[in-house]
Amino acid sequence: MKKKNNILKKLANKAYEFGFVSKIKTDIIESGLSEDTIRLISRKKNEPEWMLEFRLTAYRHWLTMEMPQWAHLDIPPIDYQAISYYADPLKKNKENKNKEIDPELMKTFEKLGIPLEERLALSGTAVDAVMDSVSVKTTFKEELKEKGIIFSSMGEAIQEHPELVRKYLGTVVNYRDNFFAALNTAVFSDGSFVYIPKGVRCPRELSTYFRINAANTGQFERTLIIADDNSYVSYLEGCTAPMRDENQLHAAIVEIVVNENAEVKYSTVQNWYPGDAEGKGGVYNFVTKRGDCRGNNSKLSWTQVETGSAITWKYPSCILRGDNSQGEFYSVALTNNYQQADTGTKMIHLGKNTKSTIISKGISAGKSQNSYRGLVRVSKNADNARNYSQCDSLLLGDKCGAHTFPYMDIHNNSAIVEHEATTSKISEDQLFYCNQRGIGTEEAIGLIVNGYAREVLNKLPMEFAVEAQKLLSVSLEGAVG
Amino acid sequence: MMGNEQEYIELFGQNRELIDSACAELLNREREQSFARFKASGFPTRKDEEWRNTPIAKQFGINYGMNLKRAEANMNTSAIFHCDVPNLKSHRVYIVNDSYSPDEGHSRELPQGVILGSLNAIAGSHPTLLDKYYNRLACDGDSIAQFNTMFAQDGVVLYVPRNTVVEETIQIVSLIQANVEMLLNRRILIILEENSKANILLCDHSSQEKQSLSTLVTEVFVGAGASLNIYDIEETANNNTRVATLLVKQEADSHFNHCCITLTNGFTRNSTNVALTGRGAETSINGLAIGDKTQHIDNHTLVDHKVPDCTSNELYKYILDESSTGVFAGKMHIHPDAQRTASQQTNRNLCLTNCAQMYAQPQLEIYADDVKCSHGSTVGQLDENALFYMQQRGIPADEARHLLMYAFAGEVIENIDIVPLKERLHILIEKRFRGELGKCKGCNLCK
Repeated sequence: MKKKNNILKKLANKAYEFGFVSKIKTDIIESGLSEDTIRLISRKKNEPEWMLEFRLTAYRHWLTMEMPQWAHLDIPPIDYQAISYYADPLKKNKENKNKEIDPELMKTFEKLGIPLEERLALSGTAVDAVMDSVSVKTTFKEELKEKGIIFSSMGEAIQEHPELVRKYLGTVVNYRDNFFAALNTAVFSDGSFVYIPKGVRCPRELSTYFRINAANTGQFERTLIIADDNSYVSYLEGCTAPMRDENQLHAAIVEIVVNENAEVKYSTVQNWYPGDAEGKGGVYNFVTKRGDCRGNNSKLSWTQVETGSAITWKYPSCILRGDNSQGEFYSVALTNNYQQADTGTKMIHLGKNTKSTIISKGISAGKSQNSYRGLVRVSKNADNARNYSQCDSLLLGDKCGAHTFPYMDIHNNSAIVEHEATTSKISEDQLFYCNQRGIGTEEAIGLIVNGYAREVLNKLPMEFAVEAQKLLSVSLEGAVG
Repeated sequence: MMGNEQEYIELFGQNRELIDSACAELLNREREQSFARFKASGFPTRKDEEWRNTPIAKQFGINYGMNLKRAEANMNTSAIFHCDVPNLKSHRVYIVNDSYSPDEGHSRELPQGVILGSLNAIAGSHPTLLDKYYNRLACDGDSIAQFNTMFAQDGVVLYVPRNTVVEETIQIVSLIQANVEMLLNRRILIILEENSKANILLCDHSSQEKQSLSTLVTEVFVGAGASLNIYDIEETANNNTRVATLLVKQEADSHFNHCCITLTNGFTRNSTNVALTGRGAETSINGLAIGDKTQHIDNHTLVDHKVPDCTSNELYKYILDESSTGVFAGKMHIHPDAQRTASQQTNRNLCLTNCAQMYAQPQLEIYADDVKCSHGSTVGQLDENALFYMQQRGIPADEARHLLMYAFAGEVIENIDIVPLKERLHILIEKRFRGELGKCKGCNLCK
């Protein structure tokens, strides 16, 4: 047992790989939040008047709100005036009117394994790379354009496709939705914008890579994906941040509109800096993600692998408005050391014959707390709704916690809703069996955990699945006590 | 604060002396703290997670009368109460409105040392005994429990000394009968010392034509190695609101079995909290709720595994017809170090019409790793295939539906150990499904 503990400790202490800081000259506005800050951000981004108004309305509403306390999380008070709401690493180049990107910046993304040079991209994935508040580069734009697909940063989209942005922005996640949605709407800086026209199947995986670099800043990006009738897109999202002793706030919004017969697959591998072994530092990841399956026969699938962040608080949701629409949620959430997670999903069944599936796998290690919280609501007119939810928790160590808080609100008698949850630990027998066959304890734990999470990992696109598997073993191995 | 509570706060302030004058010192002593807590929190609102789907404050909004002057209800209890369990030998006592009343015709000799009687009287005659138990669990309860402690003036105490087995079932029958809208606060205290054993049957009836609201706080202490069954059968009327809080503390190797059946009450909230504080304790809490019309049935349970090696089992079933609403929230809290806990929870719900609503919330909160915990919850309808199969074999659709519902409910009743009671419940539930519950002859209580 002691030896096993040592292996575990060694592994648990394995450093966060992406914790470096890039020395890039960044234009950071002064910290603090007021209407002037919002005007400044809007001016810097050269936004039209309606956008500024949109932000200000949200800000005024935010001022009337209080931070919610209901989550199973211990969140230290956040000083919203101490955060800088805009940081632009591209500034210098823009002044020179030079389209070339700072080589330091390119190096950063290379180090992160994100190819910004199209010729280097082997995987066939188009990338929108966002650092701090600004989109650095979007690859394969031209190729996608030929098919009518718009894939750009949100800033660009506001300039170039204002009619589309205006039509859809804030229609899935209203600024009144919650505290962080209001904050994001007021100060959001950049993010990705995707529009897939009718009948188009997006030929590449689209991907956004988010990186926080500057200190004392918050990242508030906004992503809007619109899949028009009969279209398909698979979208990936990854994120990292440097190691710092201070906590950084990341409050993003992802809105997805799925029209008739369209399908969107949204995958996340979240690896923000989780803080050190003593729980110092790390990113607060408070994100509102929601998709609206507006059309009949539409489908939205969320897959997430959550290994980073000091505190994760998010519920990627599906509004199943169209008849026969389908929502899926596959999640692996892993917490170690002092990490906390309160994550899950909401499936709102409004249309007829709607279906949803929830598979959630929680893994807690160290002194972490990991909660699943999910809502399945079947409204009165949602005839023949079907839901299946399964939430498993794996506990590695006796100092951590695993919690399940499902909510089922059923208003229709033709609904069939099932929820089951189990909590267990890796059994001594399983480990012994592996050991007997010459598999070391460390490797055996990796095997068992990967097997446990397989159902979700299988849903990830190939490249992501490999990364996610690696991530799991780094974050996990050695956490079994 | 919403406003309803203000009336009660004033009422309590103005009538403090009147309330105290009728009660034992022990009961009065606890009022002050509860009053302070109630004043601070008020009635729960829908913003309280625990009351999200049960708007309770509104229920207190009616201009109820309270029997603060302790006027005796003129009721020949055993003459009125016919809905008995045939073939069950029981020792019966009553809570008439909110006062204890013995039943001379159904009292049997209890084993030596067993105390059964009025809470107020025993608090006066055995203050040192009750001091250790009264309000010891409810003091940390929610604001409704505080409300009850503020106003409670009487109820029932059962004390079973160590190594004593009470063979006969102790039946506590609660009745409501008055000519005005009534609010009653009842209190039951059950103490089982080491290695003792008892069965308790709680019957809840009313013959009230006006609106009524009853709050009930039951505190239960199950000593080491003791074994207790509590069967709680609600058969009141649609115009009654019942807010019941059951608080249980179990010591090492004790057994507790609870079955709570809600049949006809209008607005029900049952909070059941079981704390497992000694190794090897076992608990089984079960519930069945059958609702129609606009009934609202809410069961909130918490099983608190505080020490290692305890076992808990939970089964709650709902059958919701017409415009009824069901709420179930069951939490299992496994504390750090409560290793080798085995805990299982099942919640199954049938919605029969499109107006019926079900809110289910099974929850696990786990802080120990060597545990086996699971919960499952489903909402659905009767199996079409089974219905078709039965009709094929000549069973009419209605009958087939009743049979299936009856079988669905049967699983909960199977957990009851007292055979005559089990038989009685089978009949009751069948009648309930056929809408004939109020039709037993000679009884003017359940309508």
